[in-house]
Formats: sequence, C-alpha cells, structure tokens
Amino acid sequence: MELSVKIEKKLRNFTLRADFSAKDEVFALLGASGCGKSMTLKCIAGIETPDRGRIVLNGRVLFDSEAGINLKPQARKVGYLFQNYALFPNMTIAENIAFVASGDKAEKKRKVQANLARFKLTEVAQAYPHELSGGQQQRAAFARILAADVELLLLDEPFAALDSYLKWQLEMELGDVLADYDGAALLVSHDRGEVYRLADRIAVIDQGQMEAVHTKHGLFQDPATLAATLLTGCKNISAVKRIAPDRILAVDWQLELQVAGAVSEDVRFAGIRAHYMEVAAGPGENTYAMEVIKVVEDVFSYLIMLRRQGTEARPLRLELAKDEWQKIKNPTTLYLRLPAAKLMLMEH
Amino acid sequence: MELSPLLITLQTAGAATVATFFIGIGLALMVVRLKRFQGLADAVITLPMVLPPTVVGFFLLLLFGKRSLIGRFLLQFDITLVFTWKAAVIAAIVVSLPLMYRTARGAFEQIDPHIIHAARTLGVSDWRIFWHILLPNARAGILAGLVLSFTRALGEFGATIMFAGNIPGVTQTMSTAIYAAVQANDYDLAGEWAIIIVAFSLFFVVLMNWWIARKAKGVAVWN
Repeated sequence: MELSVKIEKKLRNFTLRADFSAKDEVFALLGASGCGKSMTLKCIAGIETPDRGRIVLNGRVLFDSEAGINLKPQARKVGYLFQNYALFPNMTIAENIAFVASGDKAEKKRKVQANLARFKLTEVAQAYPHELSGGQQQRAAFARILAADVELLLLDEPFAALDSYLKWQLEMELGDVLADYDGAALLVSHDRGEVYRLADRIAVIDQGQMEAVHTKHGLFQDPATLAATLLTGCKNISAVKRIAPDRILAVDWQLELQVAGAVSEDVRFAGIRAHYMEVAAGPGENTYAMEVIKVVEDVFSYLIMLRRQGTEARPLRLELAKDEWQKIKNPTTLYLRLPAAKLMLMEH
Repeated sequence: MELSPLLITLQTAGAATVATFFIGIGLALMVVRLKRFQGLADAVITLPMVLPPTVVGFFLLLLFGKRSLIGRFLLQFDITLVFTWKAAVIAAIVVSLPLMYRTARGAFEQIDPHIIHAARTLGVSDWRIFWHILLPNARAGILAGLVLSFTRALGEFGATIMFAGNIPGVTQTMSTAIYAAVQANDYDLAGEWAIIIVAFSLFFVVLMNWWIARKAKGVAVWN
C-alpha cells in the first residue's frame, strides 16, 4: 500500500500545500484546528478538489490536474471515518454494512456477519444508529468501511467528540484495528498525545503549510519549528539571540544559556518542556536564581511559574511531581537549571 | 348537482401533483447543487407562489397562446392548450410547484452532508444514494410538500380561470364553479362546493400530519 500526495488548494485565509507519501504505516497530520488538515483528507477522498497537483494510491492516479484526471469518490477506494461517524440513520447497523459491501448476495452476507462479529456488534445488528452509544457508533463506522474493501483509511479527528474516559477506550480499540489492518492509514488530529500513541510518522501542518515529516520520536525531541514545538505541547518558548558559537541569550526569559552543540546563525527561538527543567541546590551551568510568582496545584503535579530574580522577564513554567515540590517546602526563590541537552532550538 | 367540477378538480390536481412531485424534487436537487446563481434560480421557481395568480395566468396565456412561439409550434401537431383541460393542469403545476420545491429543498438540506460523502467514498452510486438515503431521510418533508401542493392545486383559481377558462364540463373546477355560482346569485350551490373543498383540504392536511407524526415515532430520528 502506497500513497503519494502533492497538492495545492487556495482556501479563504491561506493556500494549502501538502506534499508527502505514506507506505503501510499510520501517518499523522498534526495541526491546530482550521490549519487545512481535514481539507487534505477531503481532497484525497475526492470530496473536495485541489487546484493543482497529483494524488496516487497504489499506482492508481486518483487526481492529476495536468493530465485532467479526477476520479469520483466512488472509484477511489478510500474510506473516510467522519467525526460524527455519518452512519445512515434510516438503516440498521447490519443494513448500513450491507449497503456498501461489494459482491453477490452470499458474499455480502458473509461480509456483514464477519464485520459485525469482528467489531462486537452482532447484538446490535438490528438497532438503528441513534440507539447506539458513541463507541458502538464508531465501531459500526469502522465495520462499514472495512466491508467496502477500501485501500486507504482516512481518520478525521476520530476522538474529538468524546469525553476522556470513552476516548481512551476507543483509542485503544482503534489501536487494535490499526494493528490488524495491513493498509495505510492517515490520521488527522490536533492532539499531540493521540498522534504520538497511534502514528509512526508525523507531519505538522501550520496555516496550510506542511512542514518536514518526522518520526514520532524525532518530532518530540527536535520539533525544529515554532509551530511544531507549540503543537507538541511545549509551554516555554523565548526569542533568542546567538551570542557565541555555543551560547544564546533568551531575550524573553533574560537568561544566558549554554547549548549542546553548535548554534545556527539563523536561530530565532528556544523552548524547553516544563518537566525537563530541574531545581538545583546552588549556582551552576544554565542555573539561575528564580522568583516564584505563582503556584498552581494540578491533578498529579504542581505547576510553578518562575521569573529570573530582579527582572520583569517572561515567566517559565516548571512542572514538578507533588512530593518533590512538598520536599523543598514551598520556597519563594529557588535555583532553576535548564539542562543544555533539553533545549530545543528553532529557526522558524 | 352537476358533479363534473369535482371530477375535473380531482383529475387536474392529481395530474398536476404527479408532475409537481418529480419536477419539484428534481429542481430542489438541482438548486441545492448550484454553485452560482442559486439565489436567482430559487427566486424564479418561487415566484409563482408570491405573484398574483392572475399574473401567472396572464404569462401562461402569453407563453402558450396561439401567437407565441410554443403555441405556433404545438399548433403544427394540432395541439391547442388555451381553454382546455391540459391548460388547467399546467396552471395547477406552476402555482403548486414552489410548495413542493421549497419543502423538498428544505428536507434535503437538513440531511447531514457527511452521510452523502460517506456513501460516495464507500462506492455507492449517486442513483442509489438518491433512492436509499436522500429520499428516505427527506421523507417527512417530501410528504408535506406533496400534500401542500395537492391541496394548493385543489383550490387553484386565478391562473386557471385566466389560462383554462371556466367552461362547464371541460375546465370548470370547484373553485371556478363557486365563482360562477356566486355570479349567478346561487349561494346554495356555492356553499355546497365550498364545504366540499374545505372538507377535502382538511382531510388531506390532517392525513399528512398524522402520517408524519406516526413515522417520526418509528425510525430515523435524527441525532
């Protein structure tokens, strides 16, 4: 299974440019809402038409603006899992599946039974979609897609409409389905945890522009761009100036920092994750006396806002496990270390 | 009491409703898909609903009269429309079409477009989508449109009398018969026809409401 996409489409606020290929893997598009990631899926499925470009699935050209090829959605063999599952409300679950299954009567029946059983829906086969729970509806939508013999799965924010407990359950189920499924799947989401847990490779989309494709570990270790750093959930970001081949001045934090390795001339931002900073006993490398501005108790940790002592600099957010914070006895000032190896540098 | 106005009315309204059903649904699907000039197309189809029926009848006379292009063309096949039963049907179609079109369009627009997209990506042909998804899910609206346009056709007066005349036994419907009876000072006859029209219309609208309520309790509740 191989998909290659290179398309361009003018939208109201920006031009969407997507360029990637995926092969027998779960490929994720990570982006804030309204960044063009759902539009990318709709173009692949044939629901929307790109202005320019080419889409090829398993050697079949689905769209090619230069050759004038634009297959109808029916001919593309691309299954789209919609956020609201889009089950046919006037048909039972079994009818929903039978309606899209290919083959003769016996073949259809076999596909319906097999997919009902596979997704634990046999008991609700004769129920209508509105009588099912959210989880059952999602499973039914999956059963329907797999009965239609598609070659590619498109998952559009599959958990956006669910509360957190159900979301976790369904995410695990989806993980099982994807592990079982031997084609390629494209996942669109704004949730960094979701894509990290489900996808093999991740591309960040910001304002319609697709950034470099990363492996999931690579993306979270070195996001490389400001948009990617924010989307991976980094809370501390400062504009920086290069002051030596291996030193930067973080302008917003008013901290001078040593970095691991050489600093590019074009460096513009630096970031550090809230749980990678450390409380130190005394002065040292990248260690500064900080004033505690605010302490917020979270569910399993404390969030501590810290500012360099004697300045009006932008505060940093430190996250500490509850017992660690209680151990140091709620101080008003402390020494904070920003480990050089954990600093992420960005050129864009 | 001469019963021909009742028969002519039922025949006219029945024939007109069959035509209106197909044309109205077709136009609704077409206008929903239009990317440009949607407002204009909608206005043109809706116009007969808001214009005085006499104006509609006047335009029909101009359009299909013996001196018009269409009229001369039809004359070559020995067909004349004006002051015939066919003219009454055409008048009823034109005035009842907006009701069918608007209710069908509203019903189609209520359907979640994701459902149509899902069906298309799963390989279902547009024709099967129309019969098995669009029509069943728009059933209540289409039914309402059907009853509204039928009852509108039952009571049609202005365009009919302009375009089809008021010829007893040929084009005289119940509503034109009432007009003729009142002109001849025969209030009893007018009253009888009036009661019959009210009874028919009431019956069909009640039937429609009952049917929609019954269906709503069954399947296909939107969530």
